[in-house]
Amino acid sequence: MPDDSTPSLLELRGISKSFAAPDKGSLNVLQDISLALRPGEIVAVLGKSGCGKSTLLRIMCGLTRPSQGEVLYRGERVIGPAPGITMVFQTFGLFPWLTVLQNVELGLEAQGVAPAERRRRALEAIDMIGLDGFESAYPKELSGGMRQRVGFARALVVNPDILLMDEAFSALDVPTAESLRNDLLDLWIERLIPTRAIVMVSHNIEEALLLANRIFVFDSNPGRVKAELNIPLKYPRDRESPLFRQMVDRIYSIMTTAIVPNETDALRAGRIGIGYRLPSVTVAQMTGVLEEVNLPANEGRVELAELAASQQMEVDDLFPILEALELLDFCRVAGREVILARHGKAFVEADIRQRKVIFAEHLIKRVPLAGHIRRVLNERPAQTAPEQRFLRELEDYLSEEEAQRVFSVIIDWGRYAELFAYDYNAGILSTENPGEEVA
Amino acid sequence: MPSIRAMIPSQEARESIGLPNRWDVLVMPLVLALLFLAAWAMRQMSAPYSWGSPIAISLDPAYLPYYALRTTLRMVLAMACSLLFTFVYGSAAARSARAAVILIPLLDILQSVPILGFLSITVVGFIRLFKGSLLGPEAAAIFAIFTSQAWNMAFSFYNSLRMLPKNLYQVADVFHLSAWARFWKLEVPFAMPGLVWNTMMSASGGWFFVVASEAISVSGKTVMLPGVGSYIALAIQGRNLTAIGYAIVAMLVVIVLYDQLLFRPLIAWSDKFKFELSESEAVPNSIVLQALQRARFLRKLRAWLAAALLRWRPRRPRGWAERLGHPFRRATASGDRVWSSTVLVLSGVSLFALGHYIAHAVPVAEIGRVFLLGLATAARVFILIVLASLVWVPVGVWIGLRPRWTQKAQPIVLFLSAFPANLLFPLAVVAITTYHLNTEVWLSPLMILGTQWYILFNVISGAAAIPNDLKEAAANLGLRRLMVWRRLILPAIFPAYVTGGLTASGGAWNASVVSEIVSWGPTRLTATGLGAYIAQQTAAGDDARIALGICVMSLYVVIINRLVWNKLYRFAQSRLTLE
Repeated sequence: MPDDSTPSLLELRGISKSFAAPDKGSLNVLQDISLALRPGEIVAVLGKSGCGKSTLLRIMCGLTRPSQGEVLYRGERVIGPAPGITMVFQTFGLFPWLTVLQNVELGLEAQGVAPAERRRRALEAIDMIGLDGFESAYPKELSGGMRQRVGFARALVVNPDILLMDEAFSALDVPTAESLRNDLLDLWIERLIPTRAIVMVSHNIEEALLLANRIFVFDSNPGRVKAELNIPLKYPRDRESPLFRQMVDRIYSIMTTAIVPNETDALRAGRIGIGYRLPSVTVAQMTGVLEEVNLPANEGRVELAELAASQQMEVDDLFPILEALELLDFCRVAGREVILARHGKAFVEADIRQRKVIFAEHLIKRVPLAGHIRRVLNERPAQTAPEQRFLRELEDYLSEEEAQRVFSVIIDWGRYAELFAYDYNAGILSTENPGEEVA
Repeated sequence: MPSIRAMIPSQEARESIGLPNRWDVLVMPLVLALLFLAAWAMRQMSAPYSWGSPIAISLDPAYLPYYALRTTLRMVLAMACSLLFTFVYGSAAARSARAAVILIPLLDILQSVPILGFLSITVVGFIRLFKGSLLGPEAAAIFAIFTSQAWNMAFSFYNSLRMLPKNLYQVADVFHLSAWARFWKLEVPFAMPGLVWNTMMSASGGWFFVVASEAISVSGKTVMLPGVGSYIALAIQGRNLTAIGYAIVAMLVVIVLYDQLLFRPLIAWSDKFKFELSESEAVPNSIVLQALQRARFLRKLRAWLAAALLRWRPRRPRGWAERLGHPFRRATASGDRVWSSTVLVLSGVSLFALGHYIAHAVPVAEIGRVFLLGLATAARVFILIVLASLVWVPVGVWIGLRPRWTQKAQPIVLFLSAFPANLLFPLAVVAITTYHLNTEVWLSPLMILGTQWYILFNVISGAAAIPNDLKEAAANLGLRRLMVWRRLILPAIFPAYVTGGLTASGGAWNASVVSEIVSWGPTRLTATGLGAYIAQQTAAGDDARIALGICVMSLYVVIINRLVWNKLYRFAQSRLTLE
């Protein structure tokens, strides 16, 4: 609902961000993102991990510069950390050697506010956010929830125009996050803070729906806007209301439609190449989900929310597991339902040895990186290869860190499938059966 | 009796009107006395002096407190210089990838240079710099202590900056901290625990060098600065065992005071900077720190200092911050290549120049002989490290596995490592001459006398850190004693042992310069080795040969570190760290 009558507070124009990859070209993290932030709204950016949403937040406040495009704050280009924009960090970012009061005073001190005034304002903010009595405590003495309250007090005390929240609640347990979210919402609704807009980044659908007026759903790899939704619900929002549930379902389906229906093998190979970002999921997690879906009561299909509850997880945390299972053709997600595939059923009903055989077969067939590693090993006379060989290949597509992560995932899966062995000390992959050299 | 109570101002009232509290009464005179002593000794340091004229040193024990004061002051000044150096050098290396290309390998080499070797060269320079003042030799001595401390402090600071979580930098940026404020609010606090620990370790090594550098003889002339080191040198000349005894006692007192008044409080204080988000059980404490923190006037002074420090703002904070940049920003690849080739060429040229200078003055055969001497010293160091390990590893493990013993033993071992072993050298000479022992063999232990404690200390802390569940699992599985050692204890203490061994080996090389030639009055015992060679050339004032000796020794140390210790260290890091 682009409303041109209100001037935008912050505007992103055609933002792209790529990181230089060693040797070959660059990695696209964000691609052509344009959005405008209007006064009085809370905007949520929703996406799976690795969709560049945190990078986007850092671009908004001038911590990172975009490779292309520009950021305008009140009509002026942002080229460095912009005054008037503050951020709340996922891991709090408190200075452990400063007390709560000193942490909150930090921004004011940097602005050169006089000590007496500084103290007054900091105490006010501490009071407002419910930290009264903890002024002289050090962060390590506080619980996670209280620490994040310090993070909020520190960000709000400088009276920011725009508040950015980078997964601000995701390091907290569920009830703690809930109460902090409600407190923030109260401050916002009752206009107790002069902040004029909030941008939050989250992977939690319900959280975004509880707070935001507008939600941008991001696609990953590279990150780009997949959908924009206006949320007309009134505060306080009831997560049990039909309208709320309906919105949740709609966003689910937007987020999961990345899996293309009736895709041919050739098309799929093009989309999922060697550099595909394999999700960090263990075989045990996959098995757990499959076993749940295969329960007699479920008959091979289960609703996402129900599945999440049975695994004692947030629905969002299921995504990587389901992604892995779809990748291996063990199950498929249709709308709000998870449906067990034929091979998934065979896998989960097999014994331990048989499971490994099925898993290996699918790993080779469906995950190009696994097939590639196995092929390379077979071609070599000694049937061994150093890890660098594959890491360097992955770095053509991924950042060094990400390559490292994906590599450890494939090692884990490959070891389970007994496709290859990996010697941690030497950093060498081989086809030999682990344990043979010991005996 | 409310009326009387009302007469005494409450705590808050006293705070607000600025009345001194009882801690003030305790601490204020102490601080003032220290300041006065320091000021007075400083004036003595800059007394007029002409090169070659003797300074009267008396063996009367009544003078010892004064000498101890002078020695301590040198120590403190050297530490202040080291700290300043650390901040500048460490941040420069962390901020610019290009600077790091030079600074970090340079630090590595500087660490390996035998400090006492180039004392004779620096002393001449400093005497020229401060003509007609005692400050010349003083500065040379301070410089020697500085070189024994600064490198590893700078390393520690650099490494801390490298570990600093990136999101804290982002916090600093979001809240617009200037580069200056960021340095004091973020970088220094984060580096503080490591820095304090390394400073303490350096200081304990420093006592050795302060003693060795007070009595300097260059080209036949001897400068004796008032201090415990000169007192000992004089006692050695006069074969006065009683005086040596006095000096040892004085040194013991000084080190204990230094530890209690400076490092205990510092360690307890730096604990709050530990980057941990949960409270640890064992928090170090210090009565002195408590007194300092509770004294009102010091609190005021501290607040004022902190405010003054942060009030200073560079005129253009933004531009300044941009130019300085964040640590560990990536530089462009092509620029890097140009830069590193420039550095390579420059270091090649200077290496060639140095080689040319030495080859011009020293015949090739002698250069070869010096390398052989290096081999002799290397063999000595190697054998001694092995022997010391055989003794101290079992002892350290025994202590480390018993928490109550560990607590008592740690401070004692730290103290032993701080005690300048060169004070004991005369005793060794007396023993060797009395029992007609083989000099080549029996002088050797002297070089490890002071540094063996690093092995013991590290093994104790390694053994103390073995998790209880591992010990219980070993017992539960019924492992035999030998298996427990092979499968649990040795792997668990190995990383700590390597750290200790590396320090001990470096220290032993350094000590060889004073321990391969030892005298007692007219008696002079010499062992064959590179250390003795450097000492002889220093006495003769032959610059080219000193340079040769230093270069060869540095080369040996660098190569041994690279081939042995670094390999072991990396192995320990990747395989044996307990996570």
